[in-house]
Amino acid sequence: MTYSDVAPGSTEFLATVAARQLVGLRRVFAGVGLPTLAVDLALRTVNPNVELVYESGVCGAHPDGLAEGIADSVLVTGAEAVLSMHALFGYVLQGGHVDVGFLGAAQVDRFGSLNTTFIGDWEKPTVRLPGAGGAAEIVPNAGECIVVLRRHDPGALPAKVDFCTSPSPVRAREEDPRMVPPGHGVSTVITPLAVLRRPDKFGELQVSEVHPGVTVDEVRAATGWDIVVADDVRETERPTVEDVRLLREEIDTVRLYLR
Amino acid sequence: MTATIATKVTGEVTDKVTDLPAAIAAHVRDGMTIALEGFGHLIPFAAAHEIIRQGRRDLTVCRMTPDIMYDQLVAAGCVSKLVASFFASGSAGSLHEVRRRIERADPEPLEVEEYSHYGMLCRYEAGAANLPFFPLRSYAGSDLPKLNPNIRKVADPFGGPDIYVVPPLRPDVTIVHAQRADRLGNVQMWGITGAQQEAAYAATRVIVTVEEIVEDEVVRADPNRTLLPAHAVDAVVAVPGGAHPSYTHDHYVRDNDFYRDWEPISRDRARLLAWLDEWVHDLPDRQTYLAKLGASRWSELETGERA
Repeated sequence: MTYSDVAPGSTEFLATVAARQLVGLRRVFAGVGLPTLAVDLALRTVNPNVELVYESGVCGAHPDGLAEGIADSVLVTGAEAVLSMHALFGYVLQGGHVDVGFLGAAQVDRFGSLNTTFIGDWEKPTVRLPGAGGAAEIVPNAGECIVVLRRHDPGALPAKVDFCTSPSPVRAREEDPRMVPPGHGVSTVITPLAVLRRPDKFGELQVSEVHPGVTVDEVRAATGWDIVVADDVRETERPTVEDVRLLREEIDTVRLYLR
Repeated sequence: MTATIATKVTGEVTDKVTDLPAAIAAHVRDGMTIALEGFGHLIPFAAAHEIIRQGRRDLTVCRMTPDIMYDQLVAAGCVSKLVASFFASGSAGSLHEVRRRIERADPEPLEVEEYSHYGMLCRYEAGAANLPFFPLRSYAGSDLPKLNPNIRKVADPFGGPDIYVVPPLRPDVTIVHAQRADRLGNVQMWGITGAQQEAAYAATRVIVTVEEIVEDEVVRADPNRTLLPAHAVDAVVAVPGGAHPSYTHDHYVRDNDFYRDWEPISRDRARLLAWLDEWVHDLPDRQTYLAKLGASRWSELETGERA
């Protein structure tokens, strides 16, 4: 197997690492952007049995082109089912049929709570982010969630998020122990420096893998809390030449998400 | 509202076909709460443009994903409040007019009432089914209930854990776009059908724009495609191409170039207003809009060639 030398912060690297998280999982609720690349790559490499579920109601998508949004017509044509959104959110997701949700965020805290609403003060935000979308449903109800971040610094990984849009089970338990959601919450965060994992449903994110050329100390310094390093921390496996070729020449030929 | 429902249920069977200026003028008034739904697909752009042309003001606009269409309505000065669950537009990125209003009150503030996607859907569901609220297993531990006091927690009367509920959303008018309808207002749509059925049944009045008006037999040959029976619809308007730049499944594909080109327009308020003049105010209707777009571009979208 020949490994590619694409930079660890590149979209190709992040998408490949993300795709490899889908080994052995079945039903994936994917958002738009980098998750679109990752699920497509996973289908072609590590897991041909992934069932792609989109919040627009599509289940079992078989797109013959790159989806430019979660309601793109390529997701509908050839799909196994198009359900009503009420069926999708109510029965498929809240009913417990989604194994893994695939999300982006502006901020992730130590327990995996996500902020996709505001940066700064709520009353007068510095940046107005897109908001909850389906993430506030996916985090509590999917079996687990994988988050991909484009940055790794204390702003993107703070001890506490500026606004908690999609809460971790830890925050749900703080509000009311009886309201703990069925899902694990965020299990994995993939950043330009490292792969962070949260093995315990009520535990903290830990440094699990560091990308080639990155040190554990660099990851700790770039994180907004004193992050624990897993005992078995190792180097992230690079994308193969074939992974990168698939992404560039077959999946994102128009370079919509690849930069 | 009761009177309207009675009319829909017991009134005479009538032809509901009208034109778009008449439908908007008859049903949409300043200060109303309106919902224009369509989740990435069947977005009723032509109807939104007619609202802009007629200069409606002070509207509360509801929509799960206020994408480009609502960026345009807000920029045109039609909107005082936005009720929504996702403030961006897929590959088109940020809605800069909406962001300017929220981040800098530029040129005016915009009131926002914010939910998650399923929260918005449950609001329409409660409105449609005449329920006092609808429960969902979201929001435990979230800051959203602090931001929006309409997201409330209630005790489960059957002894389960407390659960969050959202109130019914009952728009004065819901507007949707669909593939086809008959003259009576039986509306058929397929592909991704979003929150259209819930949002329509939740509303006092419903306007539907369609690609084509078909004979009764076409509808009756395939009744499972009817998402909105005639009793739920007040006005039907034939507006071919009415969802551009979004798409209508089996008619034309999404105009991805338009979405990609929108970001720099939206970023610059002067350019955005000039765009509204050129593509909305200075054009009488969707037919001239499509003509201005150009026959070759439109025919590529109709044959499904994706950029």
